[in-house]
Amino acid sequence: MKNKNNHKNSNTNKKSGCDLIKKIAIGIITGIVNGLFGSGGGTIVVPAMVLLLDVEEHKAHATAILIILPLTIISAFFYFKNNYVDWDITWKVVIGGIAGGYVGAKLLNICPENILRKIFAGFMIFAAIRMLW
Amino acid sequence: MVLILIGLVSGTIGGMGIGGGTVLIPALTLFVNTEQHISQSINLIYFIPTAIIALIIHIKNKRIDFKIVLPIIIPGIIGAIIGSCIAIKFSSNVLKKIFAVFLLIMGIYEMFRKSKLAKN
Repeated sequence: MKNKNNHKNSNTNKKSGCDLIKKIAIGIITGIVNGLFGSGGGTIVVPAMVLLLDVEEHKAHATAILIILPLTIISAFFYFKNNYVDWDITWKVVIGGIAGGYVGAKLLNICPENILRKIFAGFMIFAAIRMLW
Repeated sequence: MVLILIGLVSGTIGGMGIGGGTVLIPALTLFVNTEQHISQSINLIYFIPTAIIALIIHIKNKRIDFKIVLPIIIPGIIGAIIGSCIAIKFSSNVLKKIFAVFLLIMGIYEMFRKSKLAKN
């Protein structure tokens, strides 16, 4: 019985040590992507949490926002310090964006999400090709 | 007006949880000819107020796994500093090309992945 418990403990230790390494790796990669591209942190951290850390998907989305917020504030500060912020454009986009966020949350239950995802993916591929050439 | 419209469309997509930044940044760069760094900083700044609003709602609904957050955020901050410093070192044109490669990979992934992340 004692042996069994010991065995169990060492397994838990191993697992939590491994989890910590995974969390550190996920954090660094998410931070680099988010800082380098000014976006995409969520695209990395949500699947990473679900697949590597067994977080439930609906919790992963909400938790990702809390993780990315401080990273975004730091990255924004670096861009700002190097004069890469244009407030004149930014405030207009932000106003439109906040209104859109509200519309999107309402539409979520009405629109077929799968088709939208494919349209959105198509736009990403088209835009990427346009930007490359 | 174009700017507000671009914000509206990407905000709608972001609000549906599909990822607004990957629409907002290329839309600004392609349609408004914004410099790549500026497009990216707009997305970063736009995220801050919307994230705070979303967080208030999520915390109320207990949808956040707090245990997991800190060990990811601390290395994440180091990553954010590294990533932003790399971005700043690049010229706008080079950053645009690198972003485009990232966008292409994300687009292909989004196109072919299953609707839910995994069955779990």
